[in-house]
Amino acid sequence: MAKKTEDIEVRTIAVLVDNEPGVLARVIGLFSGRGYNIESLTVTEVDPREKFSRITIVTSGTPQILEQIKAQLDRLVPVQRVSDLSLDGPSVERELALVKVAGAGEKRVESLRIADIFRARVVDSSHDHFTFEMTGKSDKLDVFIDLMQPLGLVDVSRTGVVAISRGPAGL
Amino acid sequence: MAGRKWDEVPTLTGSEMLIKALRDQGVDVIFGYPGGAVLPIYDALFQQNDIQHILVRQEGGAVHAAEGYARSTGKVGVVLVTSGPGATNAVTGLTDALMDSVPVVCLTGQVPTHLIGNDAFQEADTTGITRPCTKHNYLIKDIADLPRIVHEAFYVARSGRPGPVVIDLPKDVLQNKSDAYIPPQDVRHRSYRPQTRAPEATIAEAVEMIAQAKRPVVYAGGGVINSGPKASELLTRFVHLLGVPCTNTLMGLGAFPGSDPQFLGMLGMHGTYEANLAMYNCDVMINIGARFDDRVTGRLDEFSPRSKKIHVDIDASSINKNVVVDLPVVGDAGTVLEDLLTAWKARKLELDQKALKAWWAQIDEWRARDCLKFEQKGQVIKPQYAIKRLYELTKDRAPYITTEVGQHQMWAAQYFKFEEPNHWMTSGGLGTMGYGMPAALGVQRAHPDALVIDIAGEASILMNIQELSCIAQYNLPVKVFIVNNQWMGMVRQWQELLHGGRYSESYTASLPDFVKLAESFHAVGIRCEKAEELDDKIIEMIETPKPVIFDCLVAKDENCFPMIPSGAAHYEMLLGPEDKAGKPISEEGMVLV
Repeated sequence: MAKKTEDIEVRTIAVLVDNEPGVLARVIGLFSGRGYNIESLTVTEVDPREKFSRITIVTSGTPQILEQIKAQLDRLVPVQRVSDLSLDGPSVERELALVKVAGAGEKRVESLRIADIFRARVVDSSHDHFTFEMTGKSDKLDVFIDLMQPLGLVDVSRTGVVAISRGPAGL
Repeated sequence: MAGRKWDEVPTLTGSEMLIKALRDQGVDVIFGYPGGAVLPIYDALFQQNDIQHILVRQEGGAVHAAEGYARSTGKVGVVLVTSGPGATNAVTGLTDALMDSVPVVCLTGQVPTHLIGNDAFQEADTTGITRPCTKHNYLIKDIADLPRIVHEAFYVARSGRPGPVVIDLPKDVLQNKSDAYIPPQDVRHRSYRPQTRAPEATIAEAVEMIAQAKRPVVYAGGGVINSGPKASELLTRFVHLLGVPCTNTLMGLGAFPGSDPQFLGMLGMHGTYEANLAMYNCDVMINIGARFDDRVTGRLDEFSPRSKKIHVDIDASSINKNVVVDLPVVGDAGTVLEDLLTAWKARKLELDQKALKAWWAQIDEWRARDCLKFEQKGQVIKPQYAIKRLYELTKDRAPYITTEVGQHQMWAAQYFKFEEPNHWMTSGGLGTMGYGMPAALGVQRAHPDALVIDIAGEASILMNIQELSCIAQYNLPVKVFIVNNQWMGMVRQWQELLHGGRYSESYTASLPDFVKLAESFHAVGIRCEKAEELDDKIIEMIETPKPVIFDCLVAKDENCFPMIPSGAAHYEMLLGPEDKAGKPISEEGMVLV
C-alpha cells in the first residue's frame, strides 16, 4: 500500500524488558530488520531487584506501521510490557543535553545570558568555555542548541527522550 | 568416575545435565553433527540409550530433518551442532523454521567462555547471527542457568506461535559440574505468556458478523495445523456446520480434508481459480491461522475489496500487517474455533440459505472451468500427470509428503489431496530448495512404517543430496520422486513470462545419472521416461522396502498454472499458456519477487 507522508505520526513508546544479555540488540535489530525508524532511543535498568530495564523509543510511521511496531515489540520473548505514551493518554517527556560553548568576550557573556533564560546550569567552565546542562522537551533543547551555534558551540551530548505517563498509574 | 561420592546428590557435568533435561522434555531423537566444541555432549550421548542421535551429513540437513520430525508429530525437533561453521550452516534451517512457525530447539557448541570474543578457532557470534532468525536465543555462561534455560527454550519453542530457539553452549559450561538440576515443572518463564483465548465479546462479534454473510469463505492456514489435530477437526466441523466454502494456504493443506466437497483447493499465486475468485468476491472472510502472505493476496489494493474480514491469529503482529481487517481475534486457532462453534450454536444462528445457495452456484460455475486440467498425450510424461498418478497410487496409504521448492512443489500442492493434518511438509515462507529430503528423513524417523515421499525437482534435490548417506545409514525407506525437466522450472517459467524468454542460468547441464547416484548411496534407483510405464514403476517404488530415488523424466517446457502474476489481482489470474499474451505484467509487478 502506498504510504502517504501526511499520515506519518511521531510516537513515544515505552518498553519494559527483562534486563538480559542481548535484549537491546533484539529491539534495535527488530527496528533495522523491518525498516522502522528510530528517532531516539534510551535504555537503562529501572528495577535492579526484578532486573527490569526500560527502553524509551521515539519512532515514526503511519498508524498501521506504528501498531505493527508495538505488536512486534510485544512478541519479543523478554518484553514484559509495551505502552504507547503518545496514544494511551497524556505523558511527560524530558531530555537532557550537555552543551559545550567555547569563546571569549561578548559571545561568552551572551551564551551565559541565554543559558539563564533557558534555565540551563553551568556544570563546567574555564576562561575559554562553558558547559551547560539543560533538561526539557526536545524542541526546547533544539532551540537552545540553535542559539548557541553562533556563540561558539563545539560539542553536544544528548540523552534522547525519556517519558512517563501522567496520573497515578504505572506502566 | 573415581572420586564421585555416590551417597551424595549426584553431581553432573553440563553435558550430562543437558541430556537429563532433554530426556525430561521427552526428547527421543536428536539430529546433529559433532565437532570440537560439542565433544562433551557427544561423550554424554555415547553413554546413554534413551536419546538416539541421527548423524546428518551437513548441519543444514539436521535442521530440516528436525523440522520434518516436528511438523509430522507436533513435537519439538531437536538439533545439535558444533560452534562456528556448525552454527552458521544451521542458519538457513533456523530461518526456515521461523518463517513457517516450526518448533525447533537447536543446541550449538561455543568456544569456552574465556575465549569468547577472541576470534578463537571455530568461533562465531552465534547468538548475534541467529537473533533475527530465531524466536529466541540463549548463551549459557554459567552451568547454574543450564537446566532452567533448556526447559525455557522448549516452552518458548512450542508455545504461542511456535518457532526455533537456539541455545549456545560454551565448552567449559559443558564440562563444569553442578548438582543444581531443576526439573521442567519447576521452571516458569518470567514474561512469555502468549494469549490463546480470545475475549468472549470478540467471539460474539465474530459469529454475529459471520451470520450476516451472504458470500462467506473460510481461509485457513498453518496456524490450524500448529494448534494440533483437534483444531483441524474443529475447523472441519465449523465449515460443515455453516455449509460454507473453505480454502487452505500452502501451509494449511491438510487442515481441512482435501477431498471434501466444500474444499476449494489451495489459494494464492498458484491456487485454484475457484479459491481465488471466492476470495475476491466474498463478503465475509474468515481467516483462521493464516497471515495474508504476499503469495496469497496478490495486489494488495485489489485484495478482496468488498469483504468484511475476521482474522484469527495467535500472533498479534500478523494482524493488520499486510491487510487491514475488520475484526482481529488474537488466540489459538483451535481454542477460537471451539469458542466460535459454541457461540454459534448457543445463539442458534443460521446463514441466509438462499444467498448461500446462490454463492455455491457461482462457485460451481468457477469450478467448472476445471483450472487444473491438463492433457496427457503420447509417451512424454507431463509433470502434472506424474504427480497426479503418484497421488492416485499412494492415497490409500496416507503418505507423508515433503517437497523441495519450485514448480514440482506447486504441482504437488495442487494435485495431492491431504485428508489429515501433519502429512504435508513444505518450505512455504522461506522457500528453501533442499528442504525436502532431509525433512523426509526426519518424518521417516518419526513414522518408521509410513510411506514418506519427497517430491523433488532435479535442481533442488542436489542442494542437500549428501543426506542420501544419512538415509542409507539408518535404513530409512524414504522415497525421492524427482520431477526431472532439466530446468530450474520456476526460474525458467518467470524468465519466460517476465524476461523475454532469456533463460539465464536456469538450465542444469551435467546432471548426474540419478539411478547410479542412488546405487552409489545404497539406495534403489528407478528411471521412468514413458507415460505407459509410470504406474508400474510408481508401484515398484512404493513396494521397495528401501530408500528409492525415482527419476521421472518429464516434459521440459511445462509451466505451472493457474498463476497470478506478481503484482496482479486475484481476478487477473492466468489459466494457461494461451492466457498470457493479453495481460502484460505491470512494472510494479516486475519488481516484486
